[in-house]
Amino acid sequence: MTLLVAHGLRGGYGGVDILQGVDLRVAPGELVVIVGPNGAGKSTAMKAIFGLVRLRAGRVVFDQREITGLPPERLVPLGLAYVPQERNVFPSLTVEENLEMGAYVRRDDIRPDMERVFALFPVLAERRRQRAGTMSGGERQMVAIGRALMTRPRLLLLDEPTAGLSPRFVDLLFERIRAINREGVAILMVEQNAKKALAMADRGVVLVGGANRFEDAGPAVLAHPDIAEMFLGGA
Amino acid sequence: MAELLQLLIYGIVTGGIYALGAIGISLIFAILRFAHFAHGDLMTVGAYLALSAAAILGLPLGGAFALAALLTAGIAVLIDRLLYRRLRASGAVVLLISSFGVALILRSLVQLLWGPETQVYETAITPPWRLGELRIRPVHVAILTICLLLVSALHLFLTRSRTGKAMRAMADDPDLARVSGIATERVVVWTWLLGGGLAALAGMFLALDTRLHPLLGWNVLLPLFAAALVGGIGNVYGAIAGGLVLGVASELSTLVLPAVYKPAVAFAAIVVVLVVRPRGLLGGR
Repeated sequence: MTLLVAHGLRGGYGGVDILQGVDLRVAPGELVVIVGPNGAGKSTAMKAIFGLVRLRAGRVVFDQREITGLPPERLVPLGLAYVPQERNVFPSLTVEENLEMGAYVRRDDIRPDMERVFALFPVLAERRRQRAGTMSGGERQMVAIGRALMTRPRLLLLDEPTAGLSPRFVDLLFERIRAINREGVAILMVEQNAKKALAMADRGVVLVGGANRFEDAGPAVLAHPDIAEMFLGGA
Repeated sequence: MAELLQLLIYGIVTGGIYALGAIGISLIFAILRFAHFAHGDLMTVGAYLALSAAAILGLPLGGAFALAALLTAGIAVLIDRLLYRRLRASGAVVLLISSFGVALILRSLVQLLWGPETQVYETAITPPWRLGELRIRPVHVAILTICLLLVSALHLFLTRSRTGKAMRAMADDPDLARVSGIATERVVVWTWLLGGGLAALAGMFLALDTRLHPLLGWNVLLPLFAAALVGGIGNVYGAIAGGLVLGVASELSTLVLPAVYKPAVAFAAIVVVLVVRPRGLLGGR
């Protein structure tokens, strides 16, 4: 039983294929971390799943349903949500309005979900009327993840959620991501903080040059001597 | 002193009219990322549609204005569906130039349908109220009141309604709006409805204050862009502030300059703002 199957993804932005046949699988409630060197196609693979990169070949199936090439506005109602690495909040909108925009596709009462996000990130409750653009990087990341949670997704795609954050925020954010995962939300995450991310991952996938190189349980990837040396900067 | 106050009143009324036009320019720029050069001619179309709505259907002026505003809003959406939408992927310059073409087409259609001569709305002639040395025209009070109501309604729409918030979200970041599942084409339709409707009302008010002629809107395009720029392009509230600044400045300029130089005020305003505060009074993009 798998929630997401991406098979043989090929494609990119212009003439050059960044993805040279990427396979990804996520089971319901699973936490999968993608690691690999710069330019390996990690972010591109996430965007391809979310319909933001044109695929030349390959298929994406979500919950037994073919979603290859569907635009984001069709994917969100199905239970997929994506948090881009950069520019992931609406800067002139307040925290509360950012969360409301996350729930744009919903017509029912969104207050319970907003309260859930506030319970997860209490600092956002205090700042609900503050414009997102005036917040710190770490707080913005919380707004971004909160926005994505507003549709109660079954699969959350996170693109380098801790990039550029101070160590204090990195630990806090990882802890919160685990909490979200424990509530049953499957997570597919690209992460530069590979050691910490793999340590908590159910599964780690190593991408190199736009293709799968290695895959195992998160801690096992971390323990693999070749992988450790190649991508994680030695022991 | 009385003359100054009198000009100030005229300036605020003109400013309110400019604001209605500049809001549309700013909204369209914020959502669709191009300078809409046909905006002045949308004003003209609205003003003439009101003339016909009153003449043919025998509607009172208020009803004619409302109907013409709705029709013009529909025309703006139609132009977008037929033309601008197909060019969206080609970029801002192509859209800007095509809007020049739309401006020419609209203006020619107005001349063809309604003729090149100057016309006026049939209104009862009401003498101005006198307040000491000041004269206040009832029509000015009506225009300003409606401008205030429209601006307040727009504010409520943008800050309270789901679609209004989605418009602001899309102005912030169209890619993230799509990622959030916002129906971006729906937001675009709303942008044209609002921009077109407000432009039509600006045209009618301008024609009510002066006269109808085929160049009515084209002639104020420069002050409208100046207003949008002065306030901060892409910022609706900036467009309102910019409209008032431009309206008052151009009326007050007649104290020291011949009236034919009024348009130069808009140029001067653009230059000053771009030099001193390039992102506009209230900050745009």
